[in-house]
Amino acid sequence: MLTPPNLRNAFDADAARTRCKTYRRRILDISQQVTALHIAPAFSCTEITDTIFHGLMRRNADGSFEDVFLMSKGHGCMIQYVILEELGILSREDLDLYCKPGGRLGAHPDYGNPGIAASTGSLGHGLGIATGQAYAEKLKGTDAVIYCVLSDGEFQEGSTWEAMLMAANLGLGRLVAVMDNNDFSGLERMSEGHPAFYPLVEKARAFGWEVAEVEGHDSQEIFNAISGRSGTKPFLAIGKTVKGKGVSFMEHVPIWHYRSPNPDEYRRAIAEIADA
Amino acid sequence: MRNKFAETFYELGKVDPRLCVVVADISPAGSIAKFRQEFPGRFINTGVAEQIMIGMVAGMAQRGLRPFAYTIATFTLYRPFEMVRDDLCYQNLPVTIVGIGGGVNYSTLGATHHAQEDVSIACSIPNMNVIAPCDPAEVEAATRWCAQQEVGPVYLRLGKAGEPVLSANATTPWTFGKIRTLREGRDVCILTYGPITKMACEVADRFAAGGRSTSVVSVHTLKPLDRDGIAEVLARFPHVVVIEECAPNGSLSMRVKELAWERRATCRLDTFTLKDEFIHCYGSHEDLLAEHGLSTNKICVALGLTSS
Repeated sequence: MLTPPNLRNAFDADAARTRCKTYRRRILDISQQVTALHIAPAFSCTEITDTIFHGLMRRNADGSFEDVFLMSKGHGCMIQYVILEELGILSREDLDLYCKPGGRLGAHPDYGNPGIAASTGSLGHGLGIATGQAYAEKLKGTDAVIYCVLSDGEFQEGSTWEAMLMAANLGLGRLVAVMDNNDFSGLERMSEGHPAFYPLVEKARAFGWEVAEVEGHDSQEIFNAISGRSGTKPFLAIGKTVKGKGVSFMEHVPIWHYRSPNPDEYRRAIAEIADA
Repeated sequence: MRNKFAETFYELGKVDPRLCVVVADISPAGSIAKFRQEFPGRFINTGVAEQIMIGMVAGMAQRGLRPFAYTIATFTLYRPFEMVRDDLCYQNLPVTIVGIGGGVNYSTLGATHHAQEDVSIACSIPNMNVIAPCDPAEVEAATRWCAQQEVGPVYLRLGKAGEPVLSANATTPWTFGKIRTLREGRDVCILTYGPITKMACEVADRFAAGGRSTSVVSVHTLKPLDRDGIAEVLARFPHVVVIEECAPNGSLSMRVKELAWERRATCRLDTFTLKDEFIHCYGSHEDLLAEHGLSTNKICVALGLTSS
């Protein structure tokens, strides 16, 4: 166990719930400024990303992070942006100018922007880069942990499995991947269109990873699983998630991968999140 | 070239702990094997898996290391192309990807192993720098530059083995981004790069035998191209020839013609490239080049030089 049990109690699940509500509201607010936004993919990894930033990543005295967060499912980056805004790493103006001329934030993360560890958006790139980052830290002798969030669809890319093999070959015990397993790819449900994609736990274990299945919207469970890992192998948390989580009419409805709500839908969504 | 690269990399690696090499199941030549023995942590073999080779060097560079990716040119550039484009070039990381046996160097292995359009493709990617040294001495200079540069990603196109030294009488040292005169002449100038420079020198000899003094210029840096240097050649020489081991589309030949038009050049300009074809032919490297129309004799005939 990397984190002693007494320290694990330090994670405040109620505070996490409050933060996640705020993030979802903020994303919905931004949705009223731009027409296209990946709301549902951001909502499905809200608790995962929040737990990594607020529960797991260690900060240096100057406020910078000792650990690294890499959003491999680049289309989910809105949740990272609002967290970085809250942490003061991105500014309110950055978010106001999201996807607008003069702004620096697009619908996919862009390396060079504050808090962004890699340019992603094309799926299947993040885990390979994270593997290189984790290996570099191992070679340098630091104890930095690389956290990488992937979609389940990304695990259809052969490059992801190349990275799974190499990370295990290299014994990268400080590489933590989290799969946002929302069961949706662009065209159809993964479980319906790709039955051979499962079982996931056995596949990842066979590739030499330590694996845990978690309820992907339960911040405490995510925290406990990751902080309780052995640290001897790369670690994969498979988070069962709901695409569009938190807004009933967005949940499991593919159009919300891209769409922004109209004013009426926005009001209903805000009300649902407030009541949750 | 392979051995000179390995030797240089080993020497540099001994003093710079940031230098690493990530290979994809290619047997390490010469001193790279020694590097592996002495610094096992800094030699990584991803196996037959090129996407992770490129992904890893990207991540390693982001965390302060200076990695080189190294395999056969087709597998350095084509197989993991989107990783090269997105992970290295879009993120503009100081990583060198080494392509061994560029062009049709793997002459018995068929077109699956021919990187005949590698220079064109690599030059098309924003932020990518492209270097193709003409001989082992240029390989050493280029490798030293690659190991220390902060410019961005580099595609370093090498031959295989046995290339002669051609730059011993060069008028200037190797400088990234600058053309380099290997031998001085007045009447004709041959622009070339990579191992085919040997053939260019033979053509120059034939020009000289016919009474026309001929320069041979190594355009070792294909991107950024030394446009001013080439424009000066186009202005100074009445006859300019380009000889290269690259497919025509996106070649140096095409870019020199473009430059000649832009600068209103009045010189005669002849260009020789690989064909825009997959050829189903096997033999020596020279046999393959000849099948593509590139031999000293074929070029001399095309240029109207009498055979020797």
